[in-house]
Amino acid sequence: MLRRLRELRRYPSAIVGVGIIGLLVIVSIYTVLAIPYPEAVRLWRGGPGVWDDNPRNAQPVWFDWFTGDRLPRTIIVTAEDGGVKRIEPLADGRSRVEIVLPFDYAYDRFPTEITLFTRATYDGTTRTRFAATWHTPNGETIPIVTNRALRATDNYYISQDAQLLMKLGVSPEVGLLSAAASGVPPSARSPAKGRYQLVIQTEIAEGAEFDAKLVVYGQVHGLAGTDHRRRDLTVALLWGTPLALVFGLLAAVGSTLSTFCLAGIGTWFGGKVDALFQRITEVNMILPMLPILIMVGQFYSRSLWLMLGMVIALNIFSAGMKTYRAMFLQAKEAPYIEAARAYGAGNFRTIFRYLLPRIVPVLLPTFVMIVPTFVFLEAALAVIGLGDPLLPTWGKIINDAQSQSALYKGMYYWVVEPAVLLMLTGFAFAMVGFALDRVFNPRLRTV
Amino acid sequence: MRGNLAALGRYTIVKVLMLGIAVIVALYLTILIVNMGGKLDDVRRSEIKYEVTLRVNANPETQLMPPSEVNKMIDRLCELEYRRLGLDRPFFVRSFSYLVTALSLSLGRSENLVSDSGSRTVKRIILERLPATLLLFGTANLLIFFTAVTLALAISRKYGSWIDRLVVSLAPTSAAPGWFYGIFLILIFAAVLRVLPWGGMVDAPPPETTVGYAGSLVRHMILPVLAMACGGLLASTYSWRTFFLIYSSEDYVDLAKAKGLSSRAIERRYILRPTLPTIITNFMLMIIAMWMGAIILETVFNWPGLGRLYLQAVNLNDTPVIVGVMVIYGYLLAISVFLLDFIYAIVDPRVRIGAGAKKGV
Repeated sequence: MLRRLRELRRYPSAIVGVGIIGLLVIVSIYTVLAIPYPEAVRLWRGGPGVWDDNPRNAQPVWFDWFTGDRLPRTIIVTAEDGGVKRIEPLADGRSRVEIVLPFDYAYDRFPTEITLFTRATYDGTTRTRFAATWHTPNGETIPIVTNRALRATDNYYISQDAQLLMKLGVSPEVGLLSAAASGVPPSARSPAKGRYQLVIQTEIAEGAEFDAKLVVYGQVHGLAGTDHRRRDLTVALLWGTPLALVFGLLAAVGSTLSTFCLAGIGTWFGGKVDALFQRITEVNMILPMLPILIMVGQFYSRSLWLMLGMVIALNIFSAGMKTYRAMFLQAKEAPYIEAARAYGAGNFRTIFRYLLPRIVPVLLPTFVMIVPTFVFLEAALAVIGLGDPLLPTWGKIINDAQSQSALYKGMYYWVVEPAVLLMLTGFAFAMVGFALDRVFNPRLRTV
Repeated sequence: MRGNLAALGRYTIVKVLMLGIAVIVALYLTILIVNMGGKLDDVRRSEIKYEVTLRVNANPETQLMPPSEVNKMIDRLCELEYRRLGLDRPFFVRSFSYLVTALSLSLGRSENLVSDSGSRTVKRIILERLPATLLLFGTANLLIFFTAVTLALAISRKYGSWIDRLVVSLAPTSAAPGWFYGIFLILIFAAVLRVLPWGGMVDAPPPETTVGYAGSLVRHMILPVLAMACGGLLASTYSWRTFFLIYSSEDYVDLAKAKGLSSRAIERRYILRPTLPTIITNFMLMIIAMWMGAIILETVFNWPGLGRLYLQAVNLNDTPVIVGVMVIYGYLLAISVFLLDFIYAIVDPRVRIGAGAKKGV
């Protein structure tokens, strides 16, 4: 058996396949160690605060290669990191706070959004107010807000400020960053490169705190981009790997192995057991698997593990039962089985020690080739919206992308990334399976 | 001859019985799953109660009645409604009456779904969708099947040539299903190149002329058919090729070659003839797959077929439609399987059944 496996080296496709599978396994191990399960669920399901600093629907960073332009990354400036915070005590016990948030802008396109997050802690009920001005590299100063109330937490969406839009004539994220005069349409503008500054001024009471964070959202983010809820797709792509592999492998092991053993037992005992298994198989072959899975997903639970259980259960008495039975019927008559009986081997010893191992070479290629079926089955369920509610899987990314019409809007990365990973997984197992088939199936060897 | 007929009769009856049991079991399982362990009954009861309450409250006569009277009236009307729908009987009893009505093909009326022509009868809804499914999957499957067989026959003749190797090395691409390639094809041909439609069956509004309608239909069918071909053509060509190769290495084929027969004659008489049972089996299996279409492919391409109807029905908890689709599917499947066994028995002399074999028929 091992000698036969070594023959695989003669097939380049098998080597490539094994290589890809190995890579996927390494990625899976890394993912599970680097982003533990609860962390993955938190990152994927998390509420406000988890992804606030990510741009919405951003392309992956390598998208630069296709455009030629340098696309804007997200810039985050805080008083602690890159900014300057000056506190100047006033005569009446209050103090004047000035926060300068500078950033260098060297990209060829405009950002997607600009948001100013402020946090304040203060006693009493009197709220003070703050003003902010925008300084461009050309030395222009644009007052963007003069009198905004301080809140414990405040998100000032600069790019959605209607007054600013009126004043600039174009949307703020374009107007604030472009050198052109007003009246030029956005398509004709290009961003002015250089050092920008946002200056925030306020007066706060004694013992009060004030902090600000400026986020200039880019057009690209991370290795995989982000989705409509600002989630970094890297998390889902990484976590999709172990989930796809585990689902595919467990389903394949569970269904082929159980079918295999039951076929062996049925054939060995023959008679009523065999007849029963045959009838169950015939009924089971009429049961449509996908519709049943859809019903279970819709009416009971969408948990990945329940689906796995259902898939295995529905596949035990599958068409494989008939194929294996035919092989076992032949093997059962072999002289060495008779020899085993002669020395007094029990039923189960004969089945598991002598009968089953004989057919293993035939089982192995089928087993490897059936893995992609289950990987894609899981993806299919997710694509029609029956994916696991908690876990990020590849199919769920495709489902999100479909429901947001990603292809129509030109956000191809959103569909292509999970699809390519699915394809790699599927092809890798299929390539190994086909090669195994040629190695282990003697009738194919000559042709 | 008589014994032969009797054997055939017995064989047929056993087969029909087995398939009948299989259909009943499959259908009963569907009914059990759809019922959600009684949860669906609660949903339906509360829906009925809601409707009855609305109706009673809208009735001007009830405005003057004391609230307790009104509540009694609501309860009475609900009770009547439960009785009318059979909800007062235990589920176990009801499940069998569902089974019997479903098996007798009186599919009843849908709860939420409406057919395009506005009908609520399940039969109409299903009949409206069936042609769409059959058109797409019939075309695609027939095309793929016959292309695969002819291609396989052609390349098995040129074993070892570059095209043979190409098919062998590309066969693993069929590990991905049709819907998956569908997404890629939509990306390329609809999103980037903008030459073919994104999905659906005809343009909106549908073209007036028959020719225009057919043209639009064909344009919408290109991508789904291509997607299915990507997902299945190469793998099935590969397996047919291997199959033909195995058969063409038999001694009798060598003998035929030695006799100097033309390669067409060899193919027809010595390769296709013995492989006919397998070809027919696979053809029937393909037809079986065709009935249900492909739920995901139809969803990806927005094709108004049975598969998408099923998904819509499941999403809307529309029990009668779910059961209806499953019944139709079960029957069609059972008939196909029966025909398969039957044709198989006729074509393959080795499985020719029963007493006849002994007499050397």
